[in-house]
Amino acid sequence: MDLPLFESVSGVHPPVNFPDYRSNVLRSPKHPLVVLPQNLTETTAPVFGEDRIGPTDGDLTKQFPEEPIGQRIVVHGRVLESDGRPVPHTLVEIWQANACGRYRHVVDNWPAPLDPNFSGGGRALTDAEGRYTFTTIKPGAYPWGNHDNAWRPAHIHFSVFGRAFTQRLVTQMYFPDDPLLPLDPIFNAVPDEHGRRRLVSRFDITRTQPNWALAFEWDIVLRGSRPTPFESGEDHDD
Amino acid sequence: MTEITPSQTVGPFLHIGLPWPDGAFAVPDGTPGAIVIAGTVTDGAGEPLPDALVETWQAGGEGRRGFGRCPTDEHGGYRITTVRPPADATEAPHIDVAVFSRGLLNHLVTRIYFPDAAENATDPVLASVAADRRDTLIATATDGGYRFDIRLQGDRETVFFDV
Repeated sequence: MDLPLFESVSGVHPPVNFPDYRSNVLRSPKHPLVVLPQNLTETTAPVFGEDRIGPTDGDLTKQFPEEPIGQRIVVHGRVLESDGRPVPHTLVEIWQANACGRYRHVVDNWPAPLDPNFSGGGRALTDAEGRYTFTTIKPGAYPWGNHDNAWRPAHIHFSVFGRAFTQRLVTQMYFPDDPLLPLDPIFNAVPDEHGRRRLVSRFDITRTQPNWALAFEWDIVLRGSRPTPFESGEDHDD
Repeated sequence: MTEITPSQTVGPFLHIGLPWPDGAFAVPDGTPGAIVIAGTVTDGAGEPLPDALVETWQAGGEGRRGFGRCPTDEHGGYRITTVRPPADATEAPHIDVAVFSRGLLNHLVTRIYFPDAAENATDPVLASVAADRRDTLIATATDGGYRFDIRLQGDRETVFFDV
């Protein structure tokens, strides 16, 4: 039995109960979580192939006959484990608001325009080195009802599978120097300042395409595995 | 570990990015022995969640076989078509579940067990759960499948795991 055991994530993620985020109040469990051992189900994950990816899923500016309005951007980075090992061929899914901060979604009805040439959804598989790339439009900020004059900072939602159920991650990527970040309860639910910083992408001049698109780099780091006690080589008789 | 990317909520607009046309089928439609597991996701006031996403995972398949994904409908309902997983050396047959929704900053993890599995009596995970909450992890039999409701909070709150 040499299944990987994935490291503790204590203190990394937001707490289960975080009432500053109003929708959390009636939806978060009140009983403490029960520790689940990492057995076969937890240390394996589905494997997705190219059949999950449509031809324009990696370029959200090419999904309609005409281009969407807004600042064209390249968002790229790697999916890694915490020891730096890349996670190859893993599925990355994104969704976002348009340049005006409006989602193409039935429950988003604030008075900002929809863009008929922008769906807001994308998918990609990482390459052998764990790299992903999307071309899209920089999303706008938008108001929400959490508290008086609340605005979400511009963000892109990301969903990543990794190679184990324990690594499943849904999160949001933010943009550097956004003045709304210190005011956002969702961003600030992350307990540690370094953790919050890891949600913010970096402007990347080296991948910025001349006369075409600004680039932002953002690595996604999943919890890593550590050797099991049975792998430590101490099973010999002295 | 300090470099791990923190979780954020899936938010109310997950339908733009996550559902798949065949997502609710963890095994292909028409697979012999297929069962349907269906249920409702409710909050602490007993109200259904129309904007949650339920994912299921069971080991032993190839590719995406064994993985199901279903957004809840306006009545909080989800339904997954799969096959019953076998018991393994130590654990009773089970399916891992991840629940995502607006309001949850991290997804919640629970497990579906089967009511008629003799191995439940010796399953170490069920044994680790307080006896009066254990039944929240055990599906109930229905015509052609099972019902597994997920109560995020309050009366008969589902057991959720730290994995």
